[in-house]
Amino acid sequence: MENNINIKLKVWRQQNARDKGRFETFKLDNISTDSSFLEMMDILNEQLVNEGKEPIAFDHDCREGICGMCSLYINGRPHGPDDDITTCQLHMRKFKNNETITIEPWRSAGFPVIKDLIVDRTAFDQIIAAGGYVSVNTGGIPDANALPISKDEADEAMDAASCIGCGACVAACKNGSAMLFVSAKVSQLALLPQGRVEAARRAKNMVARMDDLGFGNCTNTGACEVECPKGISLANIARLNREFLVAKIQD
Amino acid sequence: MSSLLCSSIGKKLLMGLSGLFLMMFLLIHLAVNSLLLVPDGGDTFNAAAHFMATNPAIKIMEPLLGVGFLIHIVWGILLTIQNRKARGSSRYASGNKTTGVSWASKNMFILGVTILAFLVLHIAHFWVKMKVTGDPLLEHTLVNIGGVDTEVENAYRLVNATFSYLWIMIVYVVAGIGLALHLSHGFWSSLQSIGFSNELWRKRLNTVGQLYAWIVGLGFSLIALLQYLFYQG
Repeated sequence: MENNINIKLKVWRQQNARDKGRFETFKLDNISTDSSFLEMMDILNEQLVNEGKEPIAFDHDCREGICGMCSLYINGRPHGPDDDITTCQLHMRKFKNNETITIEPWRSAGFPVIKDLIVDRTAFDQIIAAGGYVSVNTGGIPDANALPISKDEADEAMDAASCIGCGACVAACKNGSAMLFVSAKVSQLALLPQGRVEAARRAKNMVARMDDLGFGNCTNTGACEVECPKGISLANIARLNREFLVAKIQD
Repeated sequence: MSSLLCSSIGKKLLMGLSGLFLMMFLLIHLAVNSLLLVPDGGDTFNAAAHFMATNPAIKIMEPLLGVGFLIHIVWGILLTIQNRKARGSSRYASGNKTTGVSWASKNMFILGVTILAFLVLHIAHFWVKMKVTGDPLLEHTLVNIGGVDTEVENAYRLVNATFSYLWIMIVYVVAGIGLALHLSHGFWSSLQSIGFSNELWRKRLNTVGQLYAWIVGLGFSLIALLQYLFYQG
């Protein structure tokens, strides 16, 4: 069932980090509702290139929802008007004919705009570099039952590990807080014996880095959890609070 | 220790602990206030007020309570300023259409300021008169406490007279609703901040939190309303 719609786009354009930036509007006709949101952006950019104009810069890579590269704040929501998906998994069938779609970059002090819709998310890399790893080689898959891990813990660790670091949590948060991201990265390792050894140091260093980078304080509002494309739970934030407080008190 | 309290989670710990402490105080406050509804001309309430004013444990708690309020207010302002800064200078033109987030959780600061404004008025109405300036309405009265006639301040008369004004009653009712909203997020949030929550407990704490918030908030509102309507003259 092919269905085409005409849309109006209001896109944020910004030359560089110092530029003030502004919205530009574009009209696109005959967009298939079966096309993905990023395919629509490609069509728009083709059109701009053919007109001799500069195409819109936006982040994307795997286009199957696992790399965490795509971003975009679409019509008031990170990753657009659908739940538990990334922008690359958003389809044009979610929009109506003649709808005006507003596209903005992630906005927060921790993620400055580089150009148009691309923001600098290296802050997340810096937080990971502060401790989001296991520092020794833990070898291959251990023998079954050699290192017993309960099903519940394994599930929770796996759920936390599904965080792709896209930054939607920060974009959605009214405080520009990165707590959901940091808590997922701390949890996925703290729940397993291989990561448990360095859990205290990890929590302290990653939180310290997060604070240094100017992310806000968590107010347990939960917008991050709603907008997270991977459905990372606020329970991870409670675990991070526990890990961090216990580690600090033990010092 | 200082690095703990300077960290984002440490600051939230202080917010959570002071919040929990204040919530305990609110329960005791509501319990004593509910005696205002005992229809005996205020004798039970006056006896309870006398107990609260003379009990050494309460005397120790009073300055601690002040400190609790101060920490909660100062850190609340501090965190809000930091959070505004972290949000960045540019706003989303397409607004915020995230669903399933409670209004109260997004407006804790506004609700807190509302409660603070009320608190100033509330302290002027009662605490200042009872502890500092005194008031002719507080003239001593005799109350039978445990079979002994005891001379106590007539706190009931002051409360009753204060609630005879319509505007004061309305301010108290509105403040009670504001308090309920603040607590409806605050109860769960304080425990989440100190790390006491998970997938299962979140649901439990939310249920208990909503119950607590609306019982306490509307409880205060209702007492003011009933005092105005049925306990005058």
